[in-house]
Amino acid sequence: MSIILNHVNYVYDGDTEIPVKALDDVSLQIGDGEFIGLIGHTGSGKSTLVQHLNGLMKPTDGGVYYNGADIHDGDYDLKTLRSKVGLVFQYPEHQLFEVDVFSDVCFGPKNLGLSRKEAELRAFEALRLVGFPEELFYQSPFELSGGQKRRAAIAGVLAMKPEVLILDEPTAGLDPKGRDEILDQVKRLREETKMTVVLVSHSMEDVAKYVNRIIVMNRGKVMFDGVPKAVFAHYKELEEVGLAAPQVTYIMHALREKGFPVKAQATTIAEAKEEILRAFGLAGGIAD
Amino acid sequence: MLRDITLGQYYQSDSVIHRLDPRVKLSGTIIFIISLFVVNNFIGYAIAGLFLAWVIKVSKVPFRFMVKGMKSIVMLLVITVVFNLFLTPGEAVVTVWKLKITKEGIEIAVKMAIRLVFLIIGSSVMTLTTTPNNLTDGLESLMKPFKIFHVPVHEVAMMMAIALRFIPILLEETDKIMKAQIARGADFESGNLVKKAKSLVPLLVPLFISAFRRANDLAMAMEARCYRGGEHRTKMKPLQYKKRDGLAYLTVFLYLAVCILGGRILPGLFMAP
Repeated sequence: MSIILNHVNYVYDGDTEIPVKALDDVSLQIGDGEFIGLIGHTGSGKSTLVQHLNGLMKPTDGGVYYNGADIHDGDYDLKTLRSKVGLVFQYPEHQLFEVDVFSDVCFGPKNLGLSRKEAELRAFEALRLVGFPEELFYQSPFELSGGQKRRAAIAGVLAMKPEVLILDEPTAGLDPKGRDEILDQVKRLREETKMTVVLVSHSMEDVAKYVNRIIVMNRGKVMFDGVPKAVFAHYKELEEVGLAAPQVTYIMHALREKGFPVKAQATTIAEAKEEILRAFGLAGGIAD
Repeated sequence: MLRDITLGQYYQSDSVIHRLDPRVKLSGTIIFIISLFVVNNFIGYAIAGLFLAWVIKVSKVPFRFMVKGMKSIVMLLVITVVFNLFLTPGEAVVTVWKLKITKEGIEIAVKMAIRLVFLIIGSSVMTLTTTPNNLTDGLESLMKPFKIFHVPVHEVAMMMAIALRFIPILLEETDKIMKAQIARGADFESGNLVKKAKSLVPLLVPLFISAFRRANDLAMAMEARCYRGGEHRTKMKPLQYKKRDGLAYLTVFLYLAVCILGGRILPGLFMAP
């Protein structure tokens, strides 16, 4: 199970005087079970990229392959693909339309042609997976709080039982608490269902804690692609394109410059703590 | 998919036509439309066509953008042509069952088609070369005389500006919601009419909600900046006629004169015994 992008190009407004190259020769392979953070500042092409993954956008040039099949072949079933590659858009709560949350979540599975019973079972499971409180199942989706609306919308995609889940800026517009809740939920979700997750974000801090591979986009190109530590080692280049490595990375580098014998690769606070203690020969010697 | 709609959309470029005062373009368009109805022979249409082609060339807007705008009136065009073709009394050319195509019918149908096509293309040139803001500024300024009759000119212009401004926003929003629902397996294309209409619910409900939300936000933002309507309101960039605007007026009136001459008076002189 994998998605392959082979030299994908995408040009917006190709027929006007100001064509915009949103994707510029992007080649990627997304393997089974990966947890990927797709990062780039506004306009770097990350949203365009994810819309190519489930065939919502067609590359101007290049090919997209899912499990070895070209998704833009004439007889390829895009509807099935979209149930396998679930895409949660930015501000997904804006797509809610039904009278209650539960029927809204049923919308996806019903579109797949499942029976009413099967669709409801899936809706139940999906809502449980995102930690949606049961007493709100039959509330109008428009009366919920922002965070709950978002959970309901994510459940709407999960109910199709995708193999790959793509979340486009799932934390946009949420307060820090809501943000942590959603991200923790995604992490738990991934552990429970073993699905591949692609997390789109413009914040390094958000994703560093969770993902095991980071892809950095800049001006439609893949700038870096690797494990978080390897990507954050380029923190100076990241800064030049308007992104920043997690703050601990800066602290570790600063310590190193001052001559402390620490390795500078720590990306989370927990790792940094270990590393600093180790450098001072106190590993495990001090309680939290 | 929805980006194809050009009616009321601006095409970014730098040409003399783009830089003209919106009032000139508005009056020019109206005069052009009048000219289409003043002339009624093919010499007149040829003059109008040449003038239009020249304006398009100067405006630097690719011709296919005008054609895109035509898509929306194809049905109207077909109906007009068919009705004129079959229902004009006169000398029959072809007779099919009870319907007959007359010589006069063909002439009128062709003329109507030309008029309609020129009319749409002519107004597309204006909307493609004028930003919505400029357009409403121009309208407001041209409609000022109606203030005597207590027409709320500023308010009407403001409403138009907002409506025009919201077209691309709502289109984009539609596109986004459509994609989000397609990602959830929605199907907007197949099925019969009832099924198709039903499939629009997941699109329309969120769209209306978002439109109301945006309207509410905008009203709030305007209120926060103390907007209170037209009385004593000044403009940051008041419209001012420049030399080229005078020249443009001259050109347009010259065109109208040539049109009347070629399309009405000259043939009359030749036909006269």
